[in-house]
Amino acid sequence: MMTPRERRAALADPVACLERMMEIRSFEDRIKELFAEGVVHGTTHTCQGQEAVSVGIAKVLEPADQVCCTYRGHGHALALGLTLDAVLGEIMGRTTGAVGGVGGSMHLCDRSVGLLPTSAIVGAGIPIAVGAALASSMTGDGSVALALFGDGATNIGAFHEGLNLAAIWRLPVVFVCENNVYGEYSRFDRTTPIEDLAERGRAYAIPSEIVDGQSLDAVVGAVEHAVERARAGGGPTFLECKTYRYSGHSRADAATYRPEGELDRWLARDPLSLYAQQLVGLGVLDDAKVAALRKAVDDRVNECVERTKAAEPATVESMFRNVGGR
Amino acid sequence: MKMRMRQAIAQAIADEMRADPTVMLMGEDIAEAEGPFKTSEGLLAEFGPLRVRDTPISEMGFCGAALGAAATGLRPIVEIMFIEFIGVALDMVTTEAAKFRYLSGGQYTAPLVVRASTGAGLGFGAQHSQTLESWFTSCPGLKVVVPSGSRTAYGLMRSAIRDPDPVVVLESRTLYAEREETVTGEEGVIPLGVGEVLRTGGDATVVSIGQMVGRAAQAIGQAGISADLIDLRTLVPWDRGLVEASVARTGRLVVVEESPYTGGWGTDVAAHVASSCFASLRAPVVRITCPDVPVPYPAHLEQVYLPSVDGIARAITHVVETGTRPVPWWEKEGLVR
Repeated sequence: MMTPRERRAALADPVACLERMMEIRSFEDRIKELFAEGVVHGTTHTCQGQEAVSVGIAKVLEPADQVCCTYRGHGHALALGLTLDAVLGEIMGRTTGAVGGVGGSMHLCDRSVGLLPTSAIVGAGIPIAVGAALASSMTGDGSVALALFGDGATNIGAFHEGLNLAAIWRLPVVFVCENNVYGEYSRFDRTTPIEDLAERGRAYAIPSEIVDGQSLDAVVGAVEHAVERARAGGGPTFLECKTYRYSGHSRADAATYRPEGELDRWLARDPLSLYAQQLVGLGVLDDAKVAALRKAVDDRVNECVERTKAAEPATVESMFRNVGGR
Repeated sequence: MKMRMRQAIAQAIADEMRADPTVMLMGEDIAEAEGPFKTSEGLLAEFGPLRVRDTPISEMGFCGAALGAAATGLRPIVEIMFIEFIGVALDMVTTEAAKFRYLSGGQYTAPLVVRASTGAGLGFGAQHSQTLESWFTSCPGLKVVVPSGSRTAYGLMRSAIRDPDPVVVLESRTLYAEREETVTGEEGVIPLGVGEVLRTGGDATVVSIGQMVGRAAQAIGQAGISADLIDLRTLVPWDRGLVEASVARTGRLVVVEESPYTGGWGTDVAAHVASSCFASLRAPVVRITCPDVPVPYPAHLEQVYLPSVDGIARAITHVVETGTRPVPWWEKEGLVR
């Protein structure tokens, strides 16, 4: 089995990028089934439709760069390199999980690929990423920090305080907003008085761009540019990636509030289909190879599910491990 | 040497900054203005604006930034000017920093110090005079430290900065200007989690922290009672062994707190001793606290609000002589049930 760092390095290959997006999609679909079957408890937040943002970022960043992401984080974690077993093990509360099974779906982490503990609090990762960038600027280690968050986070104080600090201290941080149109159960035009969130970055004198979040190449290009600026001492960048959440907010949400036809319009620009077509167009793949890739990914996910069901549940002893304050 | 508590704090930070280049200080007006209570005097001049960094009025932002920096290689100290200001940043301390080690399976730690001024006595009113220890003591993953003067401020601050996990240091604002003989350097370092017996006696164990330690000491003297006085110094983890051993000898526990009757830090000490030391107890466990009201502004009412030397002395005498609970003044006067 590949290590997280090897999985990360594999993204240099465009076919591996497509495969990783398929893996995230297949994993998330399977997770929804596992919850429905009652195999796992608690809650989960899946990211079907947003795969290009996760993989695009992971392709550009180095493993020493630090990433803060959200509770809708399975895709981010898998893209950055965490193994299927580490993510599913965590969701199923097994010792094989990314943090030993005590965290659950919303709490993933792997220092070897720079994934800081993911937070279940909207916007919390933004100032924390600013702090990682502060440490980088003071130690001169050349790393950058990247915060991933949703459109909903741009209405919470942490967003504004974090952007302000990054701007006045000119820190090497990239803010990536996945505008997936919904903050929990609310469409973003009901909670936010502007159409383009990039305007909020500009309000803090941070170079800000709107990015097609369904296009892997567009995400890669924008993140490359932002990371280059950060590494060169040019300070923060804000990227608003326009994307879409195919599922509801969490497993309990059937997303009945969506306007009719909206999902279909977004499905017509599905990031996996777009990228597969692109690779077929370039002659890198053909339809049969794409289908074979999908089948292989689904098999891998299913094997992981069986392995994880058989894995050891997190122990009572592990509850008492890694607690500070004692 | 004799120094003021604010000077001891600045010196402890300076000594750690000299020893460890990853230590830095952030907060509102802590650099150029050297802190509203002058607890960072001389630091900007010695260490420069990168390591001694003024922030905007933005507690959530800079507490989060301190956490991110702590997890990735620095040892930041943040100053919260008045403890109430942590309210807008509590997520970063209790929900993020306190869980970083746990939610990373030990891959990331957060060696972060959150310092804040606390307490009543200077006329700052209801929103600038609380102590709020229990906001932090009820949150696993944090250590909580409360110095009672210059000596303990120096020694505990150095340990807090060296600790691998987040530590909240709550500093009684009235003590900043108070002078005390203080040992500096390695010799002056005080480990966290260890209480100190300040005087010994056989009739009661008096436990306190912060600015109440001085009042409790005076009260014991005034009452002419023979009592152990324990300065806990650390509230999480508190020195259970020291308190249990003392109560085993004295058979009586009096906790003196600058916190509300409901939910103050002493409830934990009282509950633990009442159940674990039941066989040794000769009298009910007693808490001397503030009433359950916001801190009043006028000087005369502020002193009524705080446990007074006289009030503490009367309460200790009462429990030792009668073996019954001294009824708090607000109950006696029928102001609160």
